[in-house]
Amino acid sequence: MKKIHVTTKINGDTVEFLCDPRETLLDVLRDRLGLTGAKEGCGTGDCGACSVTVDGRLTCSCLMLGVEAEGHEIGTVEGIADGEELHPLQKKFIEYAALQCGICTPGILVAAKNLLERNPDPTEEEVRYWLAGNLCRCTGYDKIIRAVLDTAAEMREAS
Amino acid sequence: MNYYKPATFDEAIAIASGAEGITRILAGGTDVLVQMRSDIVTPDTLIDIKAIDGVKDITRAEDGGWTIGVAVCGAEISEHPDLPREWPGVVEAIGLIGSTQVQGRATPVGNLCNASPAADSVPALVAAGAEVTVQGPNGPRRVAVEDIPTGPGRTSLQKGEIITALHLPPRGKGGGDAYQRFIPRTEMDIAVVGCGVNLRVSGQVITEARMALGAVAPTVERVRGAADALVGTKLEDSALDALADLAQAACNPIDDKRGTVKFRTHLAGVYARRVAKIAYERARAAQ
Repeated sequence: MKKIHVTTKINGDTVEFLCDPRETLLDVLRDRLGLTGAKEGCGTGDCGACSVTVDGRLTCSCLMLGVEAEGHEIGTVEGIADGEELHPLQKKFIEYAALQCGICTPGILVAAKNLLERNPDPTEEEVRYWLAGNLCRCTGYDKIIRAVLDTAAEMREAS
Repeated sequence: MNYYKPATFDEAIAIASGAEGITRILAGGTDVLVQMRSDIVTPDTLIDIKAIDGVKDITRAEDGGWTIGVAVCGAEISEHPDLPREWPGVVEAIGLIGSTQVQGRATPVGNLCNASPAADSVPALVAAGAEVTVQGPNGPRRVAVEDIPTGPGRTSLQKGEIITALHLPPRGKGGGDAYQRFIPRTEMDIAVVGCGVNLRVSGQVITEARMALGAVAPTVERVRGAADALVGTKLEDSALDALADLAQAACNPIDDKRGTVKFRTHLAGVYARRVAKIAYERARAAQ
């Protein structure tokens, strides 16, 4: 199978890779680029563990081919922290113990960050609907929702 | 699998016409990639149409309607400044498909071409009188949305034919549409019954009516008698009774894990009434 050359931007850095056209963006991120933050839960777009942003829009990286990334900007969980400084959402997730096994956490962080960029003051209902495509089998969601709402409040105060 | 990213529809049609084996068009990919992953469909040829000019555009048509590009995703439709106001039922139906993540990729034309009887956007589009442009080796033609699906997973598109645009008619005065579905949960599920209604009123009297049902037959089913039941009425109880009877008579469902034949048929009547009332209020408010 002939590999295709792709040029894209990931977390602000220009990245080039070769991939088989059948590989998903998730395969490329994890297996070719070593960005293992995005997780494979279901592989069929149901669980959200592989969530990334594409040109600022939340997407399941398992539902997109690597070759489709050509010319687009990808954001992954690896780009959320600023060096050693955790993003406010990451700090709050630790403070609230909003994770147990942690498999869903990278996808939820990417999704929640994307929500707060669009809507700095979401209601609980808006957070729950926004994150409905991110499944968590440990926490029962409550700590996650509270962590997101508290982060939003803190970020509003800080700005 | 060969992956192509043509710059024009003519090029895409030439590739599709000349391709051997299974060809799939890739726009949002939320069905195609799942089918590939589950080994349900393994395309020999995959044609990514997102590099074609205009496929991401929503434009006002000359007649006052809308032309929606085939790669426009659900979120872009919901965020549009005018579409949700003019066609709330269509936009709500599209917005019900999948999660935030899926909304960022999935397209209404993909929902149509996947040809699931339970596709949420399709009953609303049929009720709205939406059409698509189908382009093939013999040139373009306009086709009503209801004439695209022919059975579960099957469409009337011939080899080499591609849908190149979705068209909504001009809304005009006194028009209102609505879509609702029954699911056992509050979110993230497949319709047990879906119902789209589109009405026009003059004062309190209904002058035009279209209804379509999803998940109650092998294809989304347009209930052709809806106009006879509703036009000339003020949506009195007798008109709603007639509409619910028609909806139930149009049902030809299957028993499956989501619902029995009896339950689905019952729901079709419930939702016909419920959705017609919403469309009626919207139509009256839009005069």
